[in-house]
Amino acid sequence: MGWNIILEGIREAFVLILRLDRTVLEITFRSLTTASLATLLATIMGVPLGITIAMRDFPGRRSIKILFNALVGVPTVTLGLVIYTILSRSGPLGSLNLLYTVRGMALGQAFLILPIMVTFIVSAIESKDRELRDLVRTLGASEFETSMAIVREASSGVYLAIVSSFNRAFAELGIATMLGANIRGLTRVLTTAIALETAKGELGLSFALSFILLLVVISLNFIVGNIRGDTD
Amino acid sequence: MSSIGGFKLDNRTIAAIAVIAIVIIGAAAWMFTRPKPKENLIVSTTTSLYETGLLDVLKVEFEKSYPEYNVSFISQGTGLAIETAKRGDADMILVHSPGQELGFLESGFGVNRKLFAYNYFIIVGPESDPAGIAGMSPMDALNKISEEGVAGNALWVSRGDNSGTHSKEKGLWKAAEFDLEELKAETSGDSGEPWYIEAGAGMTATLQLANQKEAYTLTDVATFLKNKMNENIESVKVVDSGKETINVYSAIVCNPEKNTRGMYEPSMLFLRFLLSDEVQELLESYGEEEFGSTLFEPWVTTLESDPSSEIVGWVEDFAYIDGTECPIMYRHEAGDLYN
Repeated sequence: MGWNIILEGIREAFVLILRLDRTVLEITFRSLTTASLATLLATIMGVPLGITIAMRDFPGRRSIKILFNALVGVPTVTLGLVIYTILSRSGPLGSLNLLYTVRGMALGQAFLILPIMVTFIVSAIESKDRELRDLVRTLGASEFETSMAIVREASSGVYLAIVSSFNRAFAELGIATMLGANIRGLTRVLTTAIALETAKGELGLSFALSFILLLVVISLNFIVGNIRGDTD
Repeated sequence: MSSIGGFKLDNRTIAAIAVIAIVIIGAAAWMFTRPKPKENLIVSTTTSLYETGLLDVLKVEFEKSYPEYNVSFISQGTGLAIETAKRGDADMILVHSPGQELGFLESGFGVNRKLFAYNYFIIVGPESDPAGIAGMSPMDALNKISEEGVAGNALWVSRGDNSGTHSKEKGLWKAAEFDLEELKAETSGDSGEPWYIEAGAGMTATLQLANQKEAYTLTDVATFLKNKMNENIESVKVVDSGKETINVYSAIVCNPEKNTRGMYEPSMLFLRFLLSDEVQELLESYGEEEFGSTLFEPWVTTLESDPSSEIVGWVEDFAYIDGTECPIMYRHEAGDLYN
């Protein structure tokens, strides 16, 4: 007990990685695909939404901004519960058969990270000089061209929005539990596997899986960060 | 601006790369997640059954005989397992709470209840045994614990999460003629803190809490052995099996007239599989390797070998409904299931 279990966990993590443990690879890969799919869905919804909120003046704009800000803090289990009742067979979208599937989990996670994405994008664009926007517009650019120019200016903010959203989806537990139910070989991902092993009292294995999760998320962020060249 | 190996990358290129990468990964994910052609049998099950690893073994064996099906287990507390089935999100349930099971049958959502295994709950506590209950019957032990609890010498931890184990614990206190609300209000000596502690957590977390606080708690054998072997806890078994602590597992299939998943036939196949000699024999030895002790007793074998034994009487008293596993009105095309 004590610190030993953490060291033991690190050791076991490396054993699992070096042995290319099939189950661990499978659930790690499933975590990646679920979070990627969620990020894709959230990007499709969130980027246009963020640009619209940041660049247009319309009634209720402030309230919508505040709402998205607040939704960043929604508990995953609450959101999972809401989407569960919608995707359940006795719910309105039950016929889509999305419950207990990777797609269903990804859909839930997409709604979880959408507020993060929108909030980050809005603040990134708003932090750019307002005059720049007016300038681009007065130079005769169309709405779309203006948007693209601003997004380009705010690209590091948009990038941060996407990466943070992915990280959040990758590491969340509540939605994966509610919508995926941790079915072995079907919807088991890293976080639900960690929760299961903890519940079973296999704390060493839980630590090992946790280290793998951290390792994957940190490596990914380094790789993406290096490609972007975040040198400063 | 940045450069890799001499190539200048401007923000536009980066954005393009990012978008392309996301689309490729997303598309790959979409392909990867296409549903498999196998039919998915969804079994909602209690955590104590799942976490022993038994069901993963059963899954493999069942799929050997019926390769056209994929068995998926959803591990939940008994209350949630029943709720999931009622919503039509599962094909059958494996649970251990006769009272809640009767409610499921009465609601019309469940049919063809069959018992397939049993074991015992145990009371565990600190080795020093401050309440001095070692070897007592469960009822005497609870009486003594409450006495010593009020005196400030002993603590009790309850799951407090509406699981099957929790409902068993509440049933035991009731059988010993205690009012739970009163117990919760009592304080441990003059500390002002209750001696009856509600964890609101799973079995492992509850065992760890009891271990830290040197308290007593009710647990299933499997979860206790696992935590003991992993040296997560120092608690020891103080009260062993008895009539009152019996724990009976049943399988109930969702009523095809109410459930729209259309998996009634395979659910019945799995139910009959649980009652088969193959599974009953497996139950007799399961756990020896990993836990150093067997975890479940096979019910069908026990009943067939000696229908008049004491244990059969205990199980029938505890888990039968109107003298049968499943009253006739809750049976559906049962055939020879109850012969």
